[in-house]
Amino acid sequence: MRLIKDLGEWFDFRLKLGKPIREAMEHPVPKNTASWAYVFGSASLTVMILQFVTGICLAFVYVPAADGAWNSLQTLNQQQAFGWFIRALHGWGSNFMVALVIIHMVQVFLFGAFKYPRELTWIVGVFLLLMTLGMAFTGQVLRFDQDAYWGLGIGASVMGRMPLVGPKLVHLMLGGPIIAGETLSRFFAIHVFIIPSMLMAFVGVHVLMVLKLGINEWPVPGRIVKRETYLKEYHELTHRDGVRFIPDAFRKDLVFSGLIIIALVLCAAIAGPIGPKGQPDPTVIQAIPRPDFFFLWSFAALALLPAKLETPLLIVGPLIGVGFLVALPLISGTGEKSWLRRPIAVITMLLALVSLTALTHLGTYSPWSPVMDAWSSAPVPVKLLEGRSALERQGAVVFQAMQCRNCHSLGGEGGQRGPALDTVATRLTEDQLIRQVLQGRGNMPAYGKNLSPAETTALVAFLKTLRPAGQAPAHDAGLVSVAPTSQGEIEETRR
Amino acid sequence: MPEQIVDHQSTDERTATPPTKPVSRRNMLMILGIGINAVAATLFSVPIIGYIFAPARQREMRADLAWVSLGQITQFPEGETRLATYRNPLVRPSDGDTANIPCWVRHISADKWQVFAINCTHLGCPVRWFPQSGLFMCPCHGGAYYADGARASGPPPRGLFEYDYKVENGELLVKAGQVPTLAQPPSVASADKSRRCTCA
Repeated sequence: MRLIKDLGEWFDFRLKLGKPIREAMEHPVPKNTASWAYVFGSASLTVMILQFVTGICLAFVYVPAADGAWNSLQTLNQQQAFGWFIRALHGWGSNFMVALVIIHMVQVFLFGAFKYPRELTWIVGVFLLLMTLGMAFTGQVLRFDQDAYWGLGIGASVMGRMPLVGPKLVHLMLGGPIIAGETLSRFFAIHVFIIPSMLMAFVGVHVLMVLKLGINEWPVPGRIVKRETYLKEYHELTHRDGVRFIPDAFRKDLVFSGLIIIALVLCAAIAGPIGPKGQPDPTVIQAIPRPDFFFLWSFAALALLPAKLETPLLIVGPLIGVGFLVALPLISGTGEKSWLRRPIAVITMLLALVSLTALTHLGTYSPWSPVMDAWSSAPVPVKLLEGRSALERQGAVVFQAMQCRNCHSLGGEGGQRGPALDTVATRLTEDQLIRQVLQGRGNMPAYGKNLSPAETTALVAFLKTLRPAGQAPAHDAGLVSVAPTSQGEIEETRR
Repeated sequence: MPEQIVDHQSTDERTATPPTKPVSRRNMLMILGIGINAVAATLFSVPIIGYIFAPARQREMRADLAWVSLGQITQFPEGETRLATYRNPLVRPSDGDTANIPCWVRHISADKWQVFAINCTHLGCPVRWFPQSGLFMCPCHGGAYYADGARASGPPPRGLFEYDYKVENGELLVKAGQVPTLAQPPSVASADKSRRCTCA
């Protein structure tokens, strides 16, 4: 023991770190910050460190070249001892980290922790969020498969919409005129060197500020933040009723971080590594590109935005979003901290969360995408063919052969791009069906050039049978003198 | 036994001499140091910036390289639309499969052709041709195009990108070389089309 103490003193005499470390560890923090609500920042840091470890491990085997990356991922998954597990840890660690950073940010926002004097801590945190998302996106590219290839194509298309600098940005992002070897090398350098070094610097500053400025006290309604008095009040709070940062406020962080690591290990062991999907060969066009979970919301937004808003929003949207987050503590740096007295803040947060969740949910099954193989893989339900005439059955064949099924479902199977057609005959008359098929309308392409009169006749005959037993077929209110039976039908015929 | 280390911090005070003249030798040296390092930083950083931003500079392709063959025209029967692939003219050894680019060739009649880029004009996903319904469909956001490449439905802001083509010695050649985007469609003719579409 004596030896260890001497050795410690020998180092401390030269390093001079003992005193500042002890001060940082034992500095008083408000008692009620030793709470389960305050554990997400430290857990994010823990997962980030794990990501560094597993990332370095992956770099031992991964080949950052367009002609070798996919094979090296297979080597990791199949041959390298524990390779699959390290990949699983890194892939799931990425999901964990994005989730934790977002939860941390929500907590900080609701607790008003971005207010004076912690404005810069929040702003640095906003950049940490962007870097985390940047790591997630570039990491998805390094998993160099079909999704990565076409994901880069989407990135290039977005960049290409920028006015003036578009083409140059595309080439800069891709490292050349097409998605190829240099693209992957570029993303490798960004993912492995550029963003991680920035992350380390920014995390260092972020944590330093937390230590120097103190942990945000639990917000109490009516306790107003004023620049003149806050520091004095906080000092009183920590010294009258404070606890030591370590060990008192730290225990729950310790427990939670440990639980997160165990959850991550279990998740990786059970779910296994993420991908890679098919080889990044663009000539294999049977690809259905999808982004990783945390980008599904943007995938959905891009499908649902009105076409005219798309380019402006793609360019201006991120600027507004980031600008708002950065400006937030500068606009609202004082006043109430408690979420109980900040209804607009709470509603804004809820709106953002509900929107992102809804978009993500839509992104998981993408109803706007045609189901490319439904025409050949999903048969027409037998009950829709029973007792039908030869012409009507021929119409069902036309319906399948013309890929109508890719966008329209029958019996719950098929695309959701267009409406389900199980009851179409109750909504559209024969004339309307013919016009819809031949001329198209709304989102539906016109089939006039690709259907012979005989095919059209058969198809419409089949469509006319698509109504539940006992329900009347649609009728044209303009032609029939009988009053329409329901408001819905009036709407339908007007449309 | 504790070691004795002389703490130099206190004795360093003697080096802090009071200021004498406006431009002393030391000030000169400081100015010189800043100047030299400014020059050094420029010398060091210009090539680095040039290196990083090199891809953004438009590489003019040699005309003889830009035209790539999609194969004999006999592979593309009249009235049909078929998938063709070519090796990108600008290729590096490590590009692997990524330099193989697919495109759709539509042989309209004897000497009339259309060669469409594989990329959807919305966000670049690979469109697939369905000969029965005569539509190109995109698996990402549901864009659809007619046989002649015109936009049929969905979010695409314009029709499919078209390559310039020519037929020489029984081979179909296209002018290729970069990923097609709204800002940089592969063909001048289709660039005009895009301008019309976005203004409308």
